[in-house]
This record gives sequence, C-alpha cells and structure tokens, in this order.
Amino acid sequence: MKKILIIGATSAIATACARLWASQGAEFFLVARNDERLQQIATDLKARGAKAVTLHNMDVTDYDAHPDMLEKCLASLRQIDIALIAHGTLPDQQTCEQDVAVALREFANNGTSVIALLSRLANQFEFQRWGTLAVISSVAGDRGRPSNYLYGTAKAAVSTFCEGLRARLFKVGVHVITIKPGFVDTPMTKGLIFPAMLVAQPDQVARRIVKGIKRSANIIYAPGFWWGVMFIIKSIPEFVFKKINI
Amino acid sequence: MTSTLHSWGGYPDFPQTSHICRWRGEAPALMGRVFASYNSTLPYGSGRSYGDSCLAESNQVLHMRAMDRFIEVDWQQGIVRAEAGVTLGEILSVSIPQGWFLSVTPGTQFVTLGGAIANDVHGKNHHLRGTFGNHLRRFGLLRHGQRLLTCSLTENTELYAASIGGLGLTGVILWAEIQLMPIRSGQIDSTVVRFSNLAEFFDLSAELDHQHEYSVAWIDCLAKGADIGRGVFIVGDHAQYGSLDKEVRPKLQVPLTPPVSLINNFSLRFFNEAYWRVHPTKRTFKRTSFEPFFYPLDRILNWNRIYGRKGFQQYQCVLPDASATAATSDLLAVIAGSGQGSFLAVLKRCGNISSPGLLSFPLPGISLALDFPQKANLEPLFSRLDAIVRLAGGRLYPAKDAHMSGADFRQAYPAWEQLEALRDPSLMSRFWKRVTE
Repeated sequence: MKKILIIGATSAIATACARLWASQGAEFFLVARNDERLQQIATDLKARGAKAVTLHNMDVTDYDAHPDMLEKCLASLRQIDIALIAHGTLPDQQTCEQDVAVALREFANNGTSVIALLSRLANQFEFQRWGTLAVISSVAGDRGRPSNYLYGTAKAAVSTFCEGLRARLFKVGVHVITIKPGFVDTPMTKGLIFPAMLVAQPDQVARRIVKGIKRSANIIYAPGFWWGVMFIIKSIPEFVFKKINI
Repeated sequence: MTSTLHSWGGYPDFPQTSHICRWRGEAPALMGRVFASYNSTLPYGSGRSYGDSCLAESNQVLHMRAMDRFIEVDWQQGIVRAEAGVTLGEILSVSIPQGWFLSVTPGTQFVTLGGAIANDVHGKNHHLRGTFGNHLRRFGLLRHGQRLLTCSLTENTELYAASIGGLGLTGVILWAEIQLMPIRSGQIDSTVVRFSNLAEFFDLSAELDHQHEYSVAWIDCLAKGADIGRGVFIVGDHAQYGSLDKEVRPKLQVPLTPPVSLINNFSLRFFNEAYWRVHPTKRTFKRTSFEPFFYPLDRILNWNRIYGRKGFQQYQCVLPDASATAATSDLLAVIAGSGQGSFLAVLKRCGNISSPGLLSFPLPGISLALDFPQKANLEPLFSRLDAIVRLAGGRLYPAKDAHMSGADFRQAYPAWEQLEALRDPSLMSRFWKRVTE
C-alpha cells in the first residue's frame, strides 16, 4: 500500500483524493493548520480503510518549519510514494491591487511556499529514486487574466517550476505531475458565481488526479475539457486579449 | 459557489438558498448567523424528501451534505458513528466489505444519515426490523444557543424520541451512531411471482412475509375491472454464500429537465402493462446484487427530471390492518377510474414493531405509494383518496407530502403537539407551517 504525504490536507480536493487512496489501504502523513479538522479527517480516512494516519500542524509559509515536517514525515512513513501539494488560497484581485502586502502574502501562499516545499521534497525524492510529486496548480496559471492575475502569476510560477523539476527528476525515476483544475465547488470558491456547466465537484477532480498519478501523466487538466478551453484562451493574440475582460 | 436547492418532487417550487455546513465546529456559528439574518432555517440533507418537509419557511437552509465524515467504526460490533451528511450508500460502501449491512434501508441509498433519522425511514423489512429509528443508538443534536446534546434511549430521552421522525425541527443532527446487521454476502436471494388481484396479494403476503427478510410488491394501478390490484410480489434475503465486494454499477443520467412530463397516460399504460408481462407467473428464484434489489431507481440519477418542470407528487399512505383490504381496493379503484396513474405503485406490509419516534409514519398494516405528475386535476383526486384514508384510520407520510390538510395531519399524528413543544424555535419548515396552522 502507498505511503502518502499531503500538504493542505483539509482542502476539499485533497480530502477527496485521500478518500480514494484510503479505500486502497494507504498510509498517510497529513499536514495542515487546523488540528481539529485534521483530526476529523484522520478518523474518517481510517474508517474508510486507511492503514495509519499521522497528523502534523504547519503553516506552509513558515519556511523554517519545513525541514522538521519532512523529518517527522519520513520518521513516520519511512519513504514517500506520493506527495500531494494541495494547499492554496484564492485572493481577491482588487484587494491585491490596492494592498501590496496582501498581494505578496497571497503570492507566498500560492507560489513561494510551493516552491520552497518542492525544493526540499525534490532532494528527498531524488535520494529515494522513487515516487511521484503531485502538485495542484491551476488553469489560472495558463494566462494572466485581469480578473485574477495575482493568483494566476503564482500558479504560473508553480507550473513552470514543475516543468523544470519534472525534467530534472525524470532522469532519476521520479515523476512530477502538474494538476490544473478549473472551477471546482469548494470552500475556496465560496461566494463566486461560475457558469454551472463549468463547475466540477471535488470528487470528480480527485478521481482524475488519482488516475493521472497512476498512469504518470505530466500535465492534467481537471476536468479534461479545460485543456480545450485553455488551448483557445492561450491562442488569442495579445492585441485582442488585452481588450477583453475575462 | 452558491446554488439553489429543491425538494425531490419539485413541487411546491420554492428554491432554497444553501448555507453549507462543512465542519462540526462551524455548525453553531453558522446556525446562529442564518437564524439572525433570516429569522428561521432548516437542516437540509440530500433533498430526497418529495414535498415541502425539507424546505425552510425562510427558504434559507443549512446544507449538511458536506459533513460526510466517519467518526468511529467498530467492525466487531457493527456500529458506525458518522456525521449527519454521510449518505446510506457511503456507509454501505465501507460496511459491506466488513460484512455489515444497514439494518433498515429505504428505496434509495442517496439519503443522508440525518435525513434518514428525521424522517424515520423504513424499508422492505419493516415487518421484521421496524424503522431506521429502531437501530439508532445515539446522536448529537445542536439546538440554537445550547451546547451540543447527546440523545439516546437514556440521555435527553424526550429529544431522542422527538427527533426520530421529527422532520429536522428539534435541532440540527450533527452526527449519529447506528447499529448495522451482519451479512455474509452482498448478494440477495430473491423470489419473484406475479399476482392477478389484491386477494392474491394478501394471501402471498400472509404466506411469505414472515419467511423472508424483505418483502415488497409492485401494483399496476392502471388495471381495471377484474385486473384491479394485479402486480408483482418480490421477497428476498441476504445470500448466505457469496462475495462481500461492492459491485459498482455504472449510473445513468437524465441530463436535463424536459419542459413537459414524459410520464403521460400512454407511457404509463405501456410501462405498466410491460412490467407486469415480463414477470413470471410461477415463483422464480434469482440471485441479484443488493443494488438492483434495494435501489432500482438509483441506477438513473435525477430520475425526478422525467416529470418535467412542474414536478410530481408522491401519495404514500399507510392503512391499518383492520381496514386495509377494503381501503386498498377502494384507493386503487378511484385511481384507476381517474385515469391518472403512477409509474411505480408500491405496496408493502408494515409490521407491528413500534418506533421510538414520536411522529414515525408506519402503522401495522398496508402502505401504498404512488407517483403522479403535477397537474391541476390532482387536487380532486387527492381529496377523494384522503377521504378513504381518513375513514380507514390511516395516515400520510410527511416525507412524501405536499398536500395533506392540517386537520388530517393533526388527527393522524396526535403527538404533533409534543414535537411542537420541543421544536427548536430557530427551525421551521414549510410543511410544519402548513399543517400546524
């Protein structure tokens, strides 16, 4: 059975993935900020078949705490078969335009912290010569759109970082998968209004992620139709793109 | 994401605004906030109640479905404790491989644990096991402005009884602990035979019910004259040998709601005739998976959409034993005479195991359930049916109801005043408002 590290384990997509792995008897090391929620997820995963669940409280932007987390994770799991980086926040673009401190903090939540974690994890995986790094980026990183380009910029950094890391770690048998979800019905998107046709449930996205990891996909859009949507959006020439509001 | 919610029958049409409750720790504040802003609210699970019992008077509901975590499982004793938004199907998918099944299950596995309690649902084994409430060990109840209460047969006993079949009005159930029953396989040994009239149904029921765990019958409610009450009798038991793997059946979808109902006299007559004809005249043994046996309609997600935008109403009543034979045949005669039929009419004998719930629906006798597309001329039909049920001393099922009169409700459920006294003042449903005023 798999030994799985999840960062941002209380997020809806991460929970849905964990349930699928739990039914296969996986062993977990879960990292998040809220102890009570972590505990509730742990008992749920155990009931659904998880072999063991270890919990760890950490703020991802507390970079000094990363080595300790990794050490405890390895002490508990011994090796990491899958690391899923799933934490994130959805900032309000207008606030980010007015308040630089908020913008930089949001960039840290969604960009810098992922890069910091991946850098440390990459060395561990390189040493293991084994395993999959699964990173939740976003379709928002595919093109800077006026409605949320701060978030998009952070996700673009993550996607590009993963691209480079994938090529580096491929040579030692480690796989990196970039996951680009579209609109998903989660607490992160609470209060936003999306066209109902485009909204996916976390469970649907999780099934695609778990499958993508299994078949060692490089980049997956979830649901899959977002590949087509983003292909079109990426093909719009800049002189047209700058005139539209999306 | 904000979305609107409806009841399963889509009638009456009052779209509900959803306030999603995701964590047990969040529930008190969320309940307080919605109450403060809108004056009342109501817990909402999967929205599988047919009429208006799941609709808040304020149209602002606490959506509990996202609270779907298991809290503790004991596979030695077959006890499961889970949050109220877990569905019965989710419980089965973890319990069947461990050799346990729900002691009582309704005809759909998509209902939530909280909803199953609030409506005190029953199933094909009511004659042996009673209702869902008979297997409920305890639950956590959140009442406005109070700390979380644990209710059981020994703690907060009044609220325990009032919440079982309490239509979500006594408080918000946050978690519950149920007793499962042991099984040796996920398959069902079933026996099917068709019968040509009501008298034959009652003979079969008297002969077979006590020999089998599960028993139910389908009735052709369009049949007239000598054929009145013809149908198909189905009994079943958990197979003693077989696999405990949960088979996953692909689900079909009704992708959109057609502007008009696809259920009309032509399609009904055709379906009912065909359904009767394909079933065997001799008792036929068959082994099936549990899903098609218990949950045939769950195969088609959103099957309620076939009734079109106007929706449909279910008429489900239970008639006490003494008057059941005559009253059932009267009901069927009136329905057949009206020319309005039902796709699936279900007849089931309820047993004499009493529920701990105050407002539990079943009585020892016969339960009949029929679905009708929503139309203006349903009203006169329903009032004729209501008169027969009233005379027979029977009653209607609040979970399915969108029409019963306040007088009928109060007559049939005399304990309603006790429930009203224990109702959480921050909770009010459209159903409760309608029948208690």
